[in-house]
Amino acid sequence: MTDARKADALHVDRVRFTRGNRLIIDDLDCTVPAGAVGALLGPNGAGKSTLLHLIAGVERADAGAARFGERDLAKMRRRERARVIALAEQEVTDAPGLTVAEVVALGRTPHLGAFAGPSERDRAIVARGLEDAGLLDLAHRDYGSLSGGERQRVNLARALAQEPELLLLDEPTNHLDIRAQLMMLGLVRELARGGLTVLAALHDLSLAAAYADHVVVLAEGRVVAAGDPHAVLTPELIRDVWRVEASVIEHPATGRPLIAYAGIAAPLPMPLQA
Amino acid sequence: MSRPTPPVTPVTPVTPVTARRVPKTGRRADAAPETGASGPSEQPLPVFVTTADDAGAGRRGTGSGAGAGAGTVRRGAGTPAGAKRSVPTGAWAVGLVALLGASIVVAVTIGPAGLAPADVFASIAAHLGIGEPTLSPLRDGIVWELRMPRVLTAAAVGAGLALCGAVMQALTRNPLADPYLLGLSSGASVGAVIVIVLGVGLLLPFAAFVGALVALAATLALAAGAGGGRAGSLGGAGGSLTPTRTVLAGLAVASVFGAVTSLVIFWSATGDSYREILNWLLGSLAGTDWTSVAIAGGAVLVIGIPLLTSAKTLDAFAFGDTAAAALGVHVGRSRALLLTATALLTGALVAVSGSIGFVGLILPHGVRLIVGSRHRALLPLSALAGAIFLLWVDTGARTLFDPRELPVGILTALIGGPVFALLLLRNRGLR
Repeated sequence: MTDARKADALHVDRVRFTRGNRLIIDDLDCTVPAGAVGALLGPNGAGKSTLLHLIAGVERADAGAARFGERDLAKMRRRERARVIALAEQEVTDAPGLTVAEVVALGRTPHLGAFAGPSERDRAIVARGLEDAGLLDLAHRDYGSLSGGERQRVNLARALAQEPELLLLDEPTNHLDIRAQLMMLGLVRELARGGLTVLAALHDLSLAAAYADHVVVLAEGRVVAAGDPHAVLTPELIRDVWRVEASVIEHPATGRPLIAYAGIAAPLPMPLQA
Repeated sequence: MSRPTPPVTPVTPVTPVTARRVPKTGRRADAAPETGASGPSEQPLPVFVTTADDAGAGRRGTGSGAGAGAGTVRRGAGTPAGAKRSVPTGAWAVGLVALLGASIVVAVTIGPAGLAPADVFASIAAHLGIGEPTLSPLRDGIVWELRMPRVLTAAAVGAGLALCGAVMQALTRNPLADPYLLGLSSGASVGAVIVIVLGVGLLLPFAAFVGALVALAATLALAAGAGGGRAGSLGGAGGSLTPTRTVLAGLAVASVFGAVTSLVIFWSATGDSYREILNWLLGSLAGTDWTSVAIAGGAVLVIGIPLLTSAKTLDAFAFGDTAAAALGVHVGRSRALLLTATALLTGALVAVSGSIGFVGLILPHGVRLIVGSRHRALLPLSALAGAIFLLWVDTGARTLFDPRELPVGILTALIGGPVFALLLLRNRGLR
């Protein structure tokens, strides 16, 4: 950890977003500390992906602001923002005719001039992204021939090639077997140690508790709890947010919270009021 | 396959690059890649270990000789960015430019009058003022006034249509996109025919552009609107449009605009209106002159060259609008700007040639098979291939049934229709 960069913290202040007539993000505040791995948790439709898109500038918030350190993300130029923030999507769409190395090289887009081709440095960074994601052996394979899990790793490598300071991951462990999930999250944590702030939308609460320094729980477009996983992930919260009965025990080996599900909780008489 | 056979013992490294990696430990054997990458690279990161299973034993990768053991590495793994293609893009470009030059000279000699390449060079030299005229005025006229403009127009139209097709395929993420299939060419024909009837020929390319733009907007609105998707504005459309819907919408638009073109000609024409209608609907390069070269060639230079610089943006669209936006692309503005440019270019081309189909579909797909989907290579090579393709097809159109002429669009459809069918079969996942 000789030349670790100094990371910045992410602050989201009173962000609001509607699509059509539907309020998707409702005056949302949250923070991810500098250099931390933040896990974004919540049931389907809670607004996790939308929040990541708003931070990345893919969608524009109706109100509120997102800051990274001192920088107001909405006021940055698109290219400049894409050099600071990278988003790895969960969707694994087909891109015919591109090799894995070419897909990863797309991450250099915000760093390239209009006319110049990739430089030696660009190639080296792409090579590093491939190596970090364990893709060197697949570099010349056609992207369309990869499995879902391999594509997921390519998405991560592409995001790393952007050389981001803030890495946003939308369900990065989708399609991965358990070993690959642990490796993915282990790698993400190592990257954070090297001076990167991470916010990852995750579904697996135990994995989030094991790897995240900070968790943010969303429900219906609002933050219902945030902070240290030990403090946040309680049986009461899990019942309220996911409508699931669970015990939270201490992992015998790691000491991290471990969520053991017991069954489905009775539905609320009334939906959580927005 | 010229690759060496994979070693029997799977752990044997093949290249020095792999020798420095220790497989299966989960640790990097050395800290930094040999290229001297910058960034925090000293601490050993846990890396994924790609096992034989992952590496695709039993799974077929295109052209990469999968099925090797854990220790084997694809050729050139140390320089991953684009080493797969066996012939470099630059070599293809040089080869195609040379082929285009040779094709122009040879195509001019083909036809009655028994010209030789030397005659063509002599005529060119004389007209450029660097040689004495040696040909008889009649033969010189055949070279310089008849065949040379026609061959150059064919090349320019072919280059422009192929370029439009490649750009539209990227922006709409639709392998079936092409100026003809999405109705742009038909719209441009209506615009062109109307100003010709009204006798304001100066406005010809502009009117064709307006027609193309109206047709494009109609196609996208139809494809998006009826599907309950987003409104069909130029900026918003494309990402959510399914290829099939878009092609069907293009068919509807092309039918209506084609009928309007026919009606306008039939209503106004005094002479052989059927031939006129055929030439506009199917496309023909008969009767092209140096003005045609100026319009088509000028449009290819003025619009096509800026389009070539959009390669990086088009690449970013490969994974959809969200990914493009996250890579710093202004998605709505870029798409609107680039689609307008294709409409402008299509308008200028159709103004001189009518609606020639399938060139924008066939050539980009053919070039993609050879150099892949990166637009830095795809756009210029598609343009060159399109120029050569249409030049020769048009040479066929004017000589096959000599002295009668075939509208060139009949031949491009004869070749393009089966290619379209092949694309349908290959893209079974298309919705």
